[in-house]
Amino acid sequence: MVATQETIDKVKEVSSTYKYGFVTDLEAEKAPLGLGEDIVKFISHKKKEPKWLLDWRLKAYKKWLSMEAPNWAMVDFPKINFQDIYYYSAPKTKPKLNSLDEVDPELLRTYEKLGIPIKEQEVLAGVAVDYVFDSVSVATTFREKLAKEGIIFCPISEAVQTHPDLVQKYIGSVIPISDNYYAALNSAVFTDGSFVYIPKGVKCPMELSTYFRINEQNSGQFERTLIIAEDDTYVSYLEGCTAPQRDENQLHAAVVELVAMNNAEIKYSTVQNWYPGDKDGNGGIYNFVTKRGNCIGKKSKISWTQVETGSAITWKYPSCVLKGDDSVGEFYSVAVANNAQQADTGTKMIHIGKNTKSTIISKGISAGKAQNTYRGQVQIQKNAKGSRNFTQCDSLLIGDKCGAHTVPYINQFTPHARVEHEATTSKISEDQLFYCLQRGLDTEQATSLIVNGFCKEVMKELPMEFAVEAQKLIGISLEGSVG
Amino acid sequence: MSLLEIKNVKLKLDDKDILKGLSLSVSKGEVHAIMGPNGSGKSTLSYMLAGRDGYELESGEVFLEGQSLSDMEADERARSGLFLAFQYPVELPGVGGMSFLREAVNSRRKFLGEEELDHLAFVKEARKVASKMFVKDEMLKRAVNVGFSGGEKKRFEILQMAMLKPKVSILDETDSGLDVDALKIVSDGVNAQRNDDNAIVVITHYQRLLDYIVPDFVHILSDGSIIKSGGPELALEVEKNGYAGLINAA
Repeated sequence: MVATQETIDKVKEVSSTYKYGFVTDLEAEKAPLGLGEDIVKFISHKKKEPKWLLDWRLKAYKKWLSMEAPNWAMVDFPKINFQDIYYYSAPKTKPKLNSLDEVDPELLRTYEKLGIPIKEQEVLAGVAVDYVFDSVSVATTFREKLAKEGIIFCPISEAVQTHPDLVQKYIGSVIPISDNYYAALNSAVFTDGSFVYIPKGVKCPMELSTYFRINEQNSGQFERTLIIAEDDTYVSYLEGCTAPQRDENQLHAAVVELVAMNNAEIKYSTVQNWYPGDKDGNGGIYNFVTKRGNCIGKKSKISWTQVETGSAITWKYPSCVLKGDDSVGEFYSVAVANNAQQADTGTKMIHIGKNTKSTIISKGISAGKAQNTYRGQVQIQKNAKGSRNFTQCDSLLIGDKCGAHTVPYINQFTPHARVEHEATTSKISEDQLFYCLQRGLDTEQATSLIVNGFCKEVMKELPMEFAVEAQKLIGISLEGSVG
Repeated sequence: MSLLEIKNVKLKLDDKDILKGLSLSVSKGEVHAIMGPNGSGKSTLSYMLAGRDGYELESGEVFLEGQSLSDMEADERARSGLFLAFQYPVELPGVGGMSFLREAVNSRRKFLGEEELDHLAFVKEARKVASKMFVKDEMLKRAVNVGFSGGEKKRFEILQMAMLKPKVSILDETDSGLDVDALKIVSDGVNAQRNDDNAIVVITHYQRLLDYIVPDFVHILSDGSIIKSGGPELALEVEKNGYAGLINAA
């Protein structure tokens, strides 16, 4: 299935080139502009956090001060003024909500504009949604059903209050505060995000989903997500993002940590559609994300699937550390960069345990003047005997002003392992376009069809309801790039 | 009124004259064969009619059901009922045959003011038509033309024609790459679609296709214009004497 003409028409109706470019008029409660120890304390105090967490944040802040922003990625942007960002804002809603009726109607209308009416989602999709609006989660559904299974699915700020031991044990265990510049920043100032805990032997009965939105002007978002899957469990987590149009750049530096114990499987899917900036590269989101999963247990599995269509700059490498013997890491990615967008994305697969396996399928699509880089590391450590990796990395170019780059790093420290890397670069051919046009499809439909065909191996990894949305998004993102 | 009217068209490619004042009139219910040697302009003619970029007319005009095609893009022409069966059908990796067909059919239906078919209704219809064309369901699940044999590609072209129900179909060297059995299946598929409301233009190098798809009229294309027209017997003359005899006589 591909983006229908209706979808494309609907988008064209919106005068702005970006479908989700509206701003919700909600009064936010803000921290003062800028960053310092006092701001870190302000955030921690606002969230009524225990002392250990405040100390942890302050340690991260000090670490961050001593670090330099990474400059090895193939992206180019003006230096970020970290003192010109608000680090905390919360919509003024009642802290405790018993039902959706209590949610700010303005907020509900925003979700409706996005095409995700909460009620419909609840009833039809059977998805438990933890909405993050700016920085504070305001509505969490399906909690009772999940609670019956012993599953914890809540905002991480809430988990800090209700399950402090779990949070303290695992936060920073996969991505330490000193891991990188943006992870350190996130650790200091993260505001909210999701917390998921799947107790031993439980297969999560539904997809868990979070919709993110960046709303308040100048407020960078610093989500923090932590998912822990105990022995013999399964969980699938969906993350989808849209943001309103802005003139100023907005920084987003999220951290996602996954922990998989023996025989546990975590499937993490993302559709990212933040404001990419205008045709000339003004505005747009800076998306500097650190995502990593620890396959601690034997036969554990972590699978990342991402469809990245938005953001002015994407800097993102969802990775797997394969510690447990026979553990499996997967990375399926579609990255679309159009106009002046820049994407530097890929993965790291670190093989530590014996007989560990990883698969990397990356599909990069570049159009306009965009630059799209796949950067991936496959490391087979000394004891990872019998390990295997397969990497396939395909690039599709639309037009003659864009670029595609592939930067694989392969380090193999044992001869008893196999690493394969395949890469291709292709263009949408004039023959293909003409063939589609001759069958009555217009240029947009044809492009969407061909591009979605190119991405098929990745798209089939997405949960059904997400796949349809993602296919439409890819078509929309490439509008006007051909012809 | 003729269904397809080609009026004195001239076309250059890379500053070279390819079509040099070609005219042809095709009415409802008719099958026309255009035969010609290599380099006579046969494929150029089909691309020009279908509206491929770079094949714009220098002069002359083409009408489909009385409407000029000059200002119509390739996709508009297709939706209006002009179909080209490609000599070399193009591979679309990852694009499923069924979804491709559905998009195409619904574009045409929308243009005709008919209701678009939902997934189930479409699959049912496609399977019905496919079975008549000896196209297996399995082929519709594969990516369009990817890994198809020569025969499968042509059968899939004719299946698309059957699903789209065009007014005018142009079959460009449809016999190329087909063995006798495949040729028969494809021809049967084409013949099944002949009716009083549509027209078919068969472009071919060899006469043998015309044993299966029997034309009402045969035209000889040489050096960018039609030098001789006649009935099916003209094709036999080509078979017997070759193009050279006809071209020299003209």
